[in-house]
Amino acid sequence: MDDGATILNTHHWPAGISRVPFWVYQDQAVMRAEQKRIFEGPVWHFLCLEVDIENQGDYRTTFIGDMPVIVVRGEAGALHGFENRCAHRGALIAFNDYGNTKDFTCAYHAWRYDLQGNLCSIAFQRGVGGKGGMPREFDMRQHGPRKLRVDSIGGLVFGTVDPAAPTLEAFLSAPIVAKIKRVFNRKLEVIGRFTQHLPNNWKMYAENIRDTYHASLLHLFFTTFKITRFDQAGGVTISPDGAHHASATIGKGIETQSVYKDQGIRSDSEEFLLRDDSFLASSPEFGDDIQLQNVALFPGTMLQQLYNSLAVRQTVPRGVDGMDLHWTFVGFADDTPEMRKMRLKQANLAGPAGYVSMEDGCIGNFVQRGVAAASDEIAIVEMGGYESESQNTRATEASVRGFWKNYRRLMEI
Amino acid sequence: MPGMDTLYRVSALNTAYAATIDGDRLEDWPGFFHTDCLYKITTAENVRRGLLAGIIYADSRGMLEDRVAAIRRANIFENHAYRHVIGMASILGEDADGIRAEAPFLVVRTMRDGQMTLFAAGRYQDLLRPDETGALRFAERVVICDSPRFDTLVAIPL
Ligand code: FES
Ligand SMILES: [Fe+2]
Repeated sequence: MDDGATILNTHHWPAGISRVPFWVYQDQAVMRAEQKRIFEGPVWHFLCLEVDIENQGDYRTTFIGDMPVIVVRGEAGALHGFENRCAHRGALIAFNDYGNTKDFTCAYHAWRYDLQGNLCSIAFQRGVGGKGGMPREFDMRQHGPRKLRVDSIGGLVFGTVDPAAPTLEAFLSAPIVAKIKRVFNRKLEVIGRFTQHLPNNWKMYAENIRDTYHASLLHLFFTTFKITRFDQAGGVTISPDGAHHASATIGKGIETQSVYKDQGIRSDSEEFLLRDDSFLASSPEFGDDIQLQNVALFPGTMLQQLYNSLAVRQTVPRGVDGMDLHWTFVGFADDTPEMRKMRLKQANLAGPAGYVSMEDGCIGNFVQRGVAAASDEIAIVEMGGYESESQNTRATEASVRGFWKNYRRLMEI
Repeated sequence: MPGMDTLYRVSALNTAYAATIDGDRLEDWPGFFHTDCLYKITTAENVRRGLLAGIIYADSRGMLEDRVAAIRRANIFENHAYRHVIGMASILGEDADGIRAEAPFLVVRTMRDGQMTLFAAGRYQDLLRPDETGALRFAERVVICDSPRFDTLVAIPL
């Protein structure tokens, strides 16, 4: 059994949440325990958008950790989700990314499931010509893929395998729900999807999206073009359990570079001007001065508002040292043509080629390679102290500590 | 019906385009485009579904110049180089808007440590017009990648 206690028989982790041992990014046993305790634990995972499955029978396939799942629109608008695994021999029930169907028939031996994932017929159940077939006592109701609880908020569909999980709203906590609803407040429309493969353990990206400290240090586009700065107002809101985080940058986005000059650090590159900065002429659309809001949901989902560029980023682990990041860029169904054009142009900011995000594609791999021989060494996560409460600065690693607080609790490690 | 001359001119432009990027002469890359232009990198699936976003989306040569400036001066990534192999173009038509053409491409990425991967495969969907000197330039180049997945990051343009 791969659980936290067994792992700690052979691995050491100092008490607290401000030190992280590197074996946690390298170990197969840790990964197996994460599947049970986090991905299949009392955690809600982003699955798709409501508008991805608008009509009855619309479905999408995705993953909760390693577990393939189907999320589908059932009768009367209901949302259903279940493991994408046939009850017979375990084949994928659906092998397309999306589609519309009356029911699901497994390709292998044609066992059939309704939109709720109930097994409802078995090919040749009574045999052929009185020969073969399933035993009389076989009860279809006792067999089927694992069901998910599915719920949505702000047009985002989430699922959990764990019947003991709290409600979605309770899981997210009221302050985080408010941040989500600030942006996701009406009908969405997908404007593009991209997948980015990151050659690093999935937790490095979970940390990265909570790491407000790195934003203007690693991503020099911000500072070079004066887009966001520590000397603007802003801060982080962290849910009480540490799991989720929302960061905000408030202001107009143009400042002097004095803070960096005083520190004499690398961000102090001489300024230069954009030839065509029309893509930064964003218009406030949420009735406030928040230019950037990033909401990181435990474990690996990020909801991005970068000016008018809105996106959902979903993490899917691919082995110990890889992950896929699924980007869904969205607008609102009632966007004006001008606003839609602005979203297309601002998609340059974030994504696999994003001006302020491309470095995140390689930085986790720099860590993964850097710690290759250092399983028993530790990372230091002490900017802004030792705890994980909300702070009115972004020069802190409080949210990263929050991730580890919730991680250690769930993993019992 | 466009003749051999059109095919030759489009092919020559593609060859020069590839040599410019692969030879790390990125400063010359925006010059392949008109001042008003569209350059976009997207995926076959987005095109099929009519989803308009790209991972790079530029509607002026200025935005392309900014891309190059950002790659040179702001963005951080490990050294790597591309090798484009651009197949023979198909000339789809020629009208008042210009020449519509399409060409398949493969891009091999070589990392600093020598690791080589097939980084992208797809097709260019192009609209070309001569500039004031008569040289063909892209009014539109939409880079349609077959795969929805990009490895690590896309810094250098395709
Ligand atoms: S594995 Fe699905 S019907 Fe046999
Ligand atoms: Fe980042």
